[in-house]
Amino acid sequence: MSAEGNYYVPDQSRLPIFASLGLFLTVYGAATKLNGGGWTIFMLGAVVMAVVLWSWFSTVISENIAGLNSNQLKKSYVWGMGWFIFSEVMFFAAFFGALFYIRNFALPWLSGEGDTSTTNAILWSGFEAQWPLMVTPDMAANGDAAKVVGPGQNMSITTAESIWSWLPLWNTIVLLTSSVTVHFAHTALKNNNKKGFNIWLGITVALGILFLVLQAEEYIHAYSVDLTLDSGVYGTTFFMLTGFHGAHVTLGTFMLLVMWLRSVLKGHFKHEDCFGFEAASWYWHFVDVVWVGLFIFVYILG
Amino acid sequence: MLKTTSRLVAWLSVPTLLLTSGHVLAEENGRSTVNMPQGVTSTSQDIYGLHMDIFWWCVGIGVVVFGVMFYSMIVHRKANGAKAANFHESTMLEIVWTVVPFLILILMAWPATKSLVKLYDTSESDVDIVITGYQWFWKYEYLDQGVSFFSRLSTPEEQIRNQAPKGDNYLLEVDEPLLIPTNKKVRFLVTSNDVIHSWWVPDLAVKRDAIPGYVNESWTYVNEPGTFRGVCAELCGKDHGFMPVVVKAVEEGEYNTWLADRRAQAEKEKELANKTFTFDELMVQGEQVYGKACAACHGANGEGGVGKAIAGSPIATGDLSGHLDIVINGSQVNPAMAAFRETLSEVDTAAVITYQRNAFGNSTGDAVQPIDILKFKQGN
Amino acid sequence: MAHGPAKGFTRWLYTTNHKDIGSMYLWFSFAMFLLGGVFALVIRAELFEPGLQIVEPGFFNQMTTMHGLVMVFGAVMPAFVGLANWMIPMMVGAPDMALPRMNNWSFWILPFAFAMMVATLFMEGGGPNFGWTFYAPLSTTYAPPSVTFFIFAVHIMGASSIMGSINIIATILNMRAPGMTLMKMPLFVWTWLITAYLLIAVMPVLAGVVTMMLMDIHFGTSFFDAAGGGDPVLFQHVFWFFGHPEVYIMILPAFGIVSAIIPTFARKPLFGYSSMVYATASIAFLSFIVWAHHMFTVGMPIAGELFFMYATMLIAVPTGVKVFNWVTTMFRGAMTFETPMLFSIAFVILFTIGGFSGLMLAIAPADFQYHDTYFVVAHFHYVLVPGAIFSITAGVYYWLPKWCGNMYNETMGKTQFWMAFIGLNLTFFPMHFVGLAGMQRRVPDYNQFFADFNMISSCGAFLFGAAQIMLLYNVISTIRGGKKATDEVWENPEGLEWTVASPAPYHTFSTPPAVK
Ligand code: HEA
Ligand code: HEA
Ligand code: HEC
Ligand code: CUA
Ligand SMILES: [Cu+2]
Repeated sequence: MSAEGNYYVPDQSRLPIFASLGLFLTVYGAATKLNGGGWTIFMLGAVVMAVVLWSWFSTVISENIAGLNSNQLKKSYVWGMGWFIFSEVMFFAAFFGALFYIRNFALPWLSGEGDTSTTNAILWSGFEAQWPLMVTPDMAANGDAAKVVGPGQNMSITTAESIWSWLPLWNTIVLLTSSVTVHFAHTALKNNNKKGFNIWLGITVALGILFLVLQAEEYIHAYSVDLTLDSGVYGTTFFMLTGFHGAHVTLGTFMLLVMWLRSVLKGHFKHEDCFGFEAASWYWHFVDVVWVGLFIFVYILG
Repeated sequence: MLKTTSRLVAWLSVPTLLLTSGHVLAEENGRSTVNMPQGVTSTSQDIYGLHMDIFWWCVGIGVVVFGVMFYSMIVHRKANGAKAANFHESTMLEIVWTVVPFLILILMAWPATKSLVKLYDTSESDVDIVITGYQWFWKYEYLDQGVSFFSRLSTPEEQIRNQAPKGDNYLLEVDEPLLIPTNKKVRFLVTSNDVIHSWWVPDLAVKRDAIPGYVNESWTYVNEPGTFRGVCAELCGKDHGFMPVVVKAVEEGEYNTWLADRRAQAEKEKELANKTFTFDELMVQGEQVYGKACAACHGANGEGGVGKAIAGSPIATGDLSGHLDIVINGSQVNPAMAAFRETLSEVDTAAVITYQRNAFGNSTGDAVQPIDILKFKQGN
Repeated sequence: MAHGPAKGFTRWLYTTNHKDIGSMYLWFSFAMFLLGGVFALVIRAELFEPGLQIVEPGFFNQMTTMHGLVMVFGAVMPAFVGLANWMIPMMVGAPDMALPRMNNWSFWILPFAFAMMVATLFMEGGGPNFGWTFYAPLSTTYAPPSVTFFIFAVHIMGASSIMGSINIIATILNMRAPGMTLMKMPLFVWTWLITAYLLIAVMPVLAGVVTMMLMDIHFGTSFFDAAGGGDPVLFQHVFWFFGHPEVYIMILPAFGIVSAIIPTFARKPLFGYSSMVYATASIAFLSFIVWAHHMFTVGMPIAGELFFMYATMLIAVPTGVKVFNWVTTMFRGAMTFETPMLFSIAFVILFTIGGFSGLMLAIAPADFQYHDTYFVVAHFHYVLVPGAIFSITAGVYYWLPKWCGNMYNETMGKTQFWMAFIGLNLTFFPMHFVGLAGMQRRVPDYNQFFADFNMISSCGAFLFGAAQIMLLYNVISTIRGGKKATDEVWENPEGLEWTVASPAPYHTFSTPPAVK
């Protein structure tokens, strides 16, 4: 709590209302598309969003360069980014919670454990809980007539021929390394080593892209063995957790890429003035921590 | 100003009080219009007791809290020349009014825990009944007895639409009630075929959600014969308000005779499925089934509504297998058109399809037999 | 920095001023309140007597659903955010909200989100008809196609709430004037700080659960489908993990408002300030571990049932502390009964009654009888209408002279209070009776047994609605003119907001005030 008495309160701005419009068009378009319509509105919304975000960030950057941002204002950005990341954590928590519930409650109940063994006897006779779920309750009880057919193979460590042929391990290594390299970049910046900063940050971005490539590779493999979104609840949780994580890695990589371009092309960031980069790097660490959770709960204990 | 407003309040509250006080005392058919029924089982009476205990605890606390409040509002008003004191803290008080409510809560939690443990004990039942919720009726199946049937609202549409006077059991009556024996522990196995419903009979204090894909258990033990009425308590779509529950408890002897009758009837129905019907027989029965099961959506004259028109429908006048498919398996596009595989017998299905293909101006001349339905069902 | 507001309507579109944004939030919320109220009137009109007369059952369900959604997300939450926008910077001595542009963005998302939500009513197959709790699979496999639009509306509305709360947290933690320590903050600021944390913690979970629905509907996943190994009850767990804290989101700021008003009109400092802060924090903490009290009948194992019952009952303790502190604040004060005070006193009494019925619901075995009946409807309207709505109304009367510089018409205010008070009790008190006697919720029709009380409820609802029109009239005429208010407005009220002029200048505290 400091008060220099010159907190910068920006003037009127067109950005927010256009951002709202863009957001609206995007989701309205997405819903239209999902209900059988075309892509037009969605694309329009995406373009509006892109333009608005571009100019929003440019505005903030130029305000910062113009020296309008007091330390107090920068602290507001810090609080803002911090709690935004926390809200993301809670979003993932919902999906991890669902995984926990399904493995520890729903599947055992379906297979007749707990107080109501009749669930299994009356509705799903023959179903046995196992994880990863290869045989769905529907398959066990209805055989060929089943609508929900389990996957042909799972992605957990058990299926790897040798540990080194197991993609998720490589993904873990890549992502953990990238967390370290982004930290090196930060240290380099703190030491006024701009060149080191650019190199380390560049490596981080490359690692992020590598992760995404490997993840895509894994998805292709998964679909080839019928592990799909609709192959029962194993496919459901697998793809939703790794998928949302992948989306966040994509965003994180993009953020870091922008920071790298700003640094390389525009010479932005000084050792005491690098909030944009720091925010992106925190986001990157967050994405990394989520992966560790995934690695343990989806792949190793999977 | 205050005088005027209080006069206004008094003026407005007189008719209100008159209206309500009449009701606070009123009981219709031995049922209170303002309170929970005590019910007819030991669990329902436990729950009633809990309910009243906690109610009186709350009243007591309310009297104290509001008493102090009204006292201050009357005595410590500026208009009366009250001077404000300046105290604003007392650790002692804070501790007291943290601890005392806590102790009261423990007194409440103890009997509640006991009742709950009792409610959860579904072991050692004498009769097991599987209850399945459908949009918007119930299916009752006596486990291992070869007896099962559907139970639907029997209040006529005219009463609902205010075209006929409403009966006493308006919306609380069904075509076939669930029969249970007295002096037996009856276990209910509750599940659903589509969305979540909730099977509730206040007099038995049984309310259990019917979850598709899962079975929930509950139980009851009724001492005296009687009829108990309840409803579906969980929002389950359009006709959620129109799927009542009626339970009839009868002496064991009567129950057994009834069960034997139903079993014989079921046997007969199975035989009927092999019989060949004449076109006219099918049309007569088809009209009845249509009126009961389909007209709500497809219109009394096949003109359509929620469902598509049957008159001139490409499916009802086209290839028979398409017609069988949509009626037996339901629509792939619109879940409102449910699968009637289980809810209509082979005979009824054959009849209603025959009817749809030859009524409202449709005239395929097809007479579909129960055996065709059976074959179709086995085929997929 | 411009010194006054810009001219023309772009002032509102482009503004970054916390007062403008606060006003927009409040007007938006009032419009939504009327809309949600109109839906409620449709419900009450249909329930006026047994039989189907005005609407079809399918449409009735849409009305119930939209009423709940619009009131909760459109009326109550934005109203509190509006009050936060107006008051928090003034209360902590800040020049504005911490992130002014994002502030405007949070607001402007809302009209779009609600336009999309309400538009579903006109789509093929109708709007959401599965209740504001949208339990799967009624809201997934069996839902009308418009559910996709509903899901995305919830998404962006959630984004708005998250941004709004981030802003509030940053403002409170980063923008206080020197000397304004945490334990000197007005309780309204405290309750909002805690509410903002609740929002950040649970809005993403709501986003998560609607995302699961979206996937189940359009991409064949099996979260809520037992055939694939999922569970419809999973939906309820995730939903109520959001939903229960959500109900405290709708009451904690109300506690803050009432804690500001009662001391002013009792002319005595708030009793037990610090215990009020701790009680609020305890309520917030407990709100995360009680969610399954909405699910006592889904067939949880008995251990879960007991845990959630005990945890829920515990909430009565910190809430009781608050009630006792308010009562003790009044005790030996020198009370006057201006409109804000009337609403606050009614708040304390009626909220407590609603709390009592909440406690009854918390008793799991008894809830087997109460659940999904009008007894529950009575409970939550007692905590929401005389709770949230009355506190907001009290706050509006209390701060309106500060906002616009004019005194409202006291006679009309008091008349409105009594109309609302009577209307509300007529509407919602009989619901306890019909609920206990066995009337389930979310039905368009009922047995004659419940007819008389339903008729009283319906009449009360229209009376209550009329009172709201009077509020609208009173507010508009106050803005347009009236007796000038002094800077202090009331007799010795506490707080920084009373140290600035009435109406509050467009920019307050460009240099931070000194706090003793
Ligand atoms: C502002 C909103 C709000 C608030 C504050 C509360 C407060 C409480 N609620 Fe309520 N509740 C809702 C909004 C709210 N609720 C809604 C919207 C629903 C329905 C959702 C739906 O299904 O659509 C609901 C439903 C609901 C249920 C589920 C009912 C069912 O569906 O079967 C339960 C069950 O436990 C419950 C309990 C409680 C409790 C114990 C409190 C406690 O916090 C109350 C504590 C207060 C007091 C107890 C009074 C003051 C205390 C004292 C004077 C101290 C001494 C008292 C004693 C020791 C008794 N609520
Ligand atoms: C904060 C939340 C809030 C508020 C303020 C209200 C306010 C009211 N509610 Fe409630 N209600 C809910 C939250 C709320 N409600 C929720 C969450 C549900 C559960 C939904 C569900 O089951 O899914 C519910 C459900 C619910 C039901 C049960 C429906 C059912 O089970 O089928 C009923 C029935 O009477 C009801 C009635 C009312 C009434 C009469 C008001 C009154 O207080 C409203 C008063 C306001 C007005 C009457 C507006 C005045 C306007 C005019 C007079 C018209 C002027 C018009 C213009 C100028 C355009 N509500
Ligand atoms: C709750 C509503 C509802 C009920 C009850 C109902 N239907 Fe339908 N029905 C529909 C809907 C909706 C459709 C349209 C389905 C689609 O678009 O695929 C439909 C379509 C049909 C069709 C195909 C019409 C066409 O031309 O596409 C037939 C045949 C049919 N129903 C027969 C029946 C029979 C027989 C019954 C009763 C035993 C019945 N329906 C009961 C809602 C209902
Ligand atoms: Cu079935 Cu409600
Ligand atoms: Cu709750």
